[in-house]
Amino acid sequence: MPEIAQKIKEIIRPENIVYAKSPLLNDDLMHYCPGCSHGVVHRLIAEVIEEMGIQDQTIGVSPVGCAVFAYNYIDIDWQEAAHGRAPAVATGIKRVMPEKYVFSYQGDGDLAAIGTAETFHAVNRGENIVMIFINNAIYGMTGGQMAPTTLVGQITSTTPYGRNVDLNGYPLRITELLAQLPGAAYVTRQSVQNAAAVRKTKKAIRKAFEIQALKKGTAFVEVVSTCSSGWKLSPVESNKWMEENMFPQYPLGDLKDSGRADENDYRIKG
Amino acid sequence: MGELRLMKGNEVIAEAAIRCGCDAYFGYPITPQSEVMETLMALRPWEGSGMVVLQAESEIASIHMVYGAAGSGKRVMTSSSSPGISLMAEGISYMAGAELPCVIVNVQRGGPGLGTIQPSQADYNQATKGGGHGDYSLLVLAPASVQEMHDFVVLGFELAFKYRNPVMILADGVVGQLMEKVELIDQRPRWTNEQIAEISGGWATTGKTSHRKKHIITSLELDSFIMEDNNLRLQAKYARMKDEDVRFETFECDDAEFIIVAFGSAARICLKTLQIARKKGVKVGLIRPITLFPFPEKIIAEYATKVKGFLCVEFNAGQMVNDIRLAVNGKTKVEYFGRMGGIVPNPNEVETALEQKLIGG
Repeated sequence: MPEIAQKIKEIIRPENIVYAKSPLLNDDLMHYCPGCSHGVVHRLIAEVIEEMGIQDQTIGVSPVGCAVFAYNYIDIDWQEAAHGRAPAVATGIKRVMPEKYVFSYQGDGDLAAIGTAETFHAVNRGENIVMIFINNAIYGMTGGQMAPTTLVGQITSTTPYGRNVDLNGYPLRITELLAQLPGAAYVTRQSVQNAAAVRKTKKAIRKAFEIQALKKGTAFVEVVSTCSSGWKLSPVESNKWMEENMFPQYPLGDLKDSGRADENDYRIKG
Repeated sequence: MGELRLMKGNEVIAEAAIRCGCDAYFGYPITPQSEVMETLMALRPWEGSGMVVLQAESEIASIHMVYGAAGSGKRVMTSSSSPGISLMAEGISYMAGAELPCVIVNVQRGGPGLGTIQPSQADYNQATKGGGHGDYSLLVLAPASVQEMHDFVVLGFELAFKYRNPVMILADGVVGQLMEKVELIDQRPRWTNEQIAEISGGWATTGKTSHRKKHIITSLELDSFIMEDNNLRLQAKYARMKDEDVRFETFECDDAEFIIVAFGSAARICLKTLQIARKKGVKVGLIRPITLFPFPEKIIAEYATKVKGFLCVEFNAGQMVNDIRLAVNGKTKVEYFGRMGGIVPNPNEVETALEQKLIGG
């Protein structure tokens, strides 16, 4: 063992370091399950805030759901919102401190079920905030129940025989709907299952924060994600299942990138 | 002497908010209090004091916008009427749990359900016993005049920040719609960032700087022992309110044989009843609780040993009467008289009830 320790010491030298954890991400043990996408997205947010040098100007709003404890991990000021209300809380913060950077971080149940109204109206008002949306098609924290984004046929604890349209309705492609709203500046759908995808998602998050500084409207980043525990698959199997089943239903890419609409297009004539 | 004006209760809420340096108002229209937001929008305070006014998509959104803005250390308020307050109950509980200051105005209408748009005091229990989930209390102020609608906005913010707790102004459709003379305070500036740092620098989420730890606004704590401590801290705060901020008014109680207890516009009606009864030679006094929480239980307990009985008069099925009974603790008779459904009783009706239920009984 001492030999290994010596070997590690020799390896860990500044000239050998190709990647370092953002100092904004603390050393607390994350409560997320192995294979979960949350940790990666947290890291990307921390990196973007660090690289933009806006730690002292950023306020995050965490949801109810698995990411409720997001505030434990990233070293910025946070507000923990009630279930679904993060866009309203973020609106309140941003309206009284327009010079700050404000982002909300929500899962599919939070953003697309209980908080649908808050989500739509925050985007429709074109609130100058960043909204991060983790879509893993299931309720993680409460133990794997059906989410609005659960796929048809997908087994969850409340759809034990698979989601059935007659009984449960259709999966909600909320991001496509939000892209139709005039207040949306930038709407994109990304993922974090491999290094290339992670890099693209980081770029999208960075862009979303930059749009906020330009006051162009709401910047919305969906990250199609895995929930190994909820899906009852290994992390590797989860990525495969996501690629095979989620991506056809939730295709990746930008849905809108034009800034918020010109108000004159919506103005009365007389 | 401040500027004198003839104003409606709801309008004066808006005027007082701007003048006391309120930072933001978030609301949703509902009768009988829509004039609050209408007045704010007409006055455009964002061009003057810099106050933010935003019409939200629901009362739920309104109260959570209040949460976000209050978490930033700002002076924030909302207003609504009974059904809207029920929708806000979630956010109010979260604000009490996260210890966020704000002012919430409830211009009550009759219920239950959609009920009526006429005046009522049927949200007494909701306001004073929490209203949302969990062990929490609001500091509740009950205005009986347009002047108090004005004054309690100013006082409400002082108390909200003194205790880091939501304050509710529990008005009713009568004081909301009433026009009266009111003396307005002079315009005060909104707090500067430096003032906010001084007042709320220990907790407000204004951006984590290098010389302090991150601030987290939350009501969540999964460790039961810490959560119990959090609850005990809240209870200690409510106990402090009882020690330091009980407010009430008494009228002709010194020689009284019977005392009427009434709040808000019911108290105004009972003042007239007092005159009618006194003319008939009946020695009646009136206690008007101004803070409904903390409830003025000591003064009622004091008079419980001196009078032959209390009559509680309220526009509901008998809610405050239970707090009076607790304060009286069986030492004398406690009766209730009230009307519901949006009916406001007249002073003679109250006088008859006094004779039938207390004097004759």
